[in-house]
Amino acid sequence: MRMQWISWFLSSKGNEYFCEVEEDYILDRFNLTGLNTEVQHYAQALDMITDNLDEEIQDDLRGNLDLQARLLYGLIHARWIVTARGLAKMVRTSTSLVMHPDPPPPRHLARPQLEKYKRADFGRCPRVLCQSQPLLPVGLTDVPYEKSVKLYCGRCEDIYSPKSSRHGSIDGAYFGTSFPHLLFLVYPNLIPPKTGPVELGLPGRGGEVDSSRRSRRIREEQEAQAEGVGEGMSTASVASKADRYRPRIFGFQVNEIAKLQRWQEAVRDRQISRLEELEENA
Amino acid sequence: MSRRNDYHTLPQGEQSLQDEEAISATGEGDEEMEDAVDQEEGYSSSTPTSTLTWISWFCSLPGHEYFCEVAEEFIEDDFNLTGLNVMVPFWKEAMEMVLDMEPDEDTSKIPDVSIVEASAELLYGLCHQRFILTRAGLQAMVDKYEAGVFGSCPRVYCNGCNVVPCGRSDLPGTDTVKLFCPNCNDIYTPPSSRFQGVDGAFFGTTFAHLFFQSYRELAPAPFWKPASPSSTSPRSSASSSSNQPAFVNPNPYGGQKRAAGKVYVPKIYGFRVSERAKCGPRMQWMRLRPENPDELDLVDWRGRWIDDNDHYEDDEEQIDEDRPMEDFDPDAQDDDDEEEEEEEEEANDSVMQGRSVSTSFSALRSPTPTNPPDSPASTGPPQTPRDDAATKCAALSVPPSGGKLRVVRQWIPRGASARAQVC
Repeated sequence: MRMQWISWFLSSKGNEYFCEVEEDYILDRFNLTGLNTEVQHYAQALDMITDNLDEEIQDDLRGNLDLQARLLYGLIHARWIVTARGLAKMVRTSTSLVMHPDPPPPRHLARPQLEKYKRADFGRCPRVLCQSQPLLPVGLTDVPYEKSVKLYCGRCEDIYSPKSSRHGSIDGAYFGTSFPHLLFLVYPNLIPPKTGPVELGLPGRGGEVDSSRRSRRIREEQEAQAEGVGEGMSTASVASKADRYRPRIFGFQVNEIAKLQRWQEAVRDRQISRLEELEENA
Repeated sequence: MSRRNDYHTLPQGEQSLQDEEAISATGEGDEEMEDAVDQEEGYSSSTPTSTLTWISWFCSLPGHEYFCEVAEEFIEDDFNLTGLNVMVPFWKEAMEMVLDMEPDEDTSKIPDVSIVEASAELLYGLCHQRFILTRAGLQAMVDKYEAGVFGSCPRVYCNGCNVVPCGRSDLPGTDTVKLFCPNCNDIYTPPSSRFQGVDGAFFGTTFAHLFFQSYRELAPAPFWKPASPSSTSPRSSASSSSNQPAFVNPNPYGGQKRAAGKVYVPKIYGFRVSERAKCGPRMQWMRLRPENPDELDLVDWRGRWIDDNDHYEDDEEQIDEDRPMEDFDPDAQDDDDEEEEEEEEEANDSVMQGRSVSTSFSALRSPTPTNPPDSPASTGPPQTPRDDAATKCAALSVPPSGGKLRVVRQWIPRGASARAQVC
């Protein structure tokens, strides 16, 4: 049984980045600790989210209440996606995808974040050398009304602004600063490799892999080989594999840029040897 | 390059260029009216309206916003087109179409007009690739750049730096147009799918970089110093940037614009993710800038550190741990304090080639860090980051001392207290 308000919220335009928060999570007041100070008309906003709102509410309050309900849902969402359950649910969904490669697509907007990630619902990295790596939403602050949501690329480890302005206006606090990093911390096998085409088990590029059986097998094999870096693999030296763009004029590198790039690569090599040293001593 | 010189007869300024185009457009008005009749028969689907030249029409098509208008004189000069005729089928017809010339009577030989259209597009694109390297072409592109026609960098910490179109190959049919950001020196896919049909070769690999070499005031410098800690929020530092003294890159051939140098630091519950974690940051180097232009010289042409690594302390000094993710240098703290420890450990190991210099040097220093922090510093008080470059040279001749390292040592507890290992 889905809650009506949440269904409506998830299906409205511009809210594609949000996933469904489990009802049990919302109903456990402990999870909402402190949110009453962030949200005006907290009780009614919560009632609204959980479809318990009295019908006889004044219209003038209703508009504001709608805003507050969105804010409340956003803040709950930020907490939910970093819970063990929230993250685990995503991973369960991803493993069930391996066993049943073509599950009946769950209702589009109810997809958990990881599945949304694999389907690149958050978009793909605009950096050319990231080869369309799917992005994950991230906030720059956990305080609402400060910064809009940004998109984190696990390959270049940088953040980008959403292409569409309707996503560009979503509050970053509804996703929080931690989500993508916690996801990769808890599930290191999801860390994308620094080089090569994107292997996520799901359509690589615009659904080209989607339906054919052959590609499904490939997809399963890829998933079996663990997408991204393996569980036991070291990430100490992955950076050396990363591609980078080298500006050239008539085939010749540009002095000042080349110098900066050499410096950056020296910084990289220093980090790599530092990390390898640590690993050897471990 | 000679074609640039060859083009010196064209008006230099944009204004005069536009004038000339306007004149030529009106001058050809009559001819075009006649053309229109012919073209209704032959070239109907791409016929420009009588007031438009083919070139203006082409540049006004959706998806062609990145193109500038190539001066017809440029295309008419055969020298500028050297070698292109082997790449473009139906050369003559394509030329006629691009230059709005009356086609020959025997156009019937061409099986399909759309072939000529494709040829004309290819011809124009390849001319465009060459034209935008000329002075007039660069000027035309600068106007578009400053008007923001090419858009801005999607990377958050490039702060909306404007980008320029860029090809990944000079041969047509290889890849679509990309956008080059001078701040992060990286290339991006255009945000709109309508640019997916535009060939990158029509802009070429050289243009973006020649552009910023020619207009250095538009190119961000390769070094960046965080705003002083006194300016607390990024907003205030941004607004106060107008009060800051004019930015000067000591390298007159380098970018003369203040860079946007912030690098993203991943955090979990407010704690930076340690680089020791498997999921820890690995790519910050790609966006990092030194604080000082001199630091760039610490790396030789092979990408090895010439000197020891002390210059990195600069960054530490600037860091204010209390401020959330701003004005920082991400690796700096991890880098340095861990590095010092590691260097002691690895002193006798053979390490990667790239580190051999710094390692041998750190072997010299290895006894020092074991000294208590209050050991007498033979080089005097701890250096400030500013005189760093000088001391690095000195450090080679002077026996390594605690003076400099003490700075590092003191940092460890401070930095570590504010940092948690998230793994």
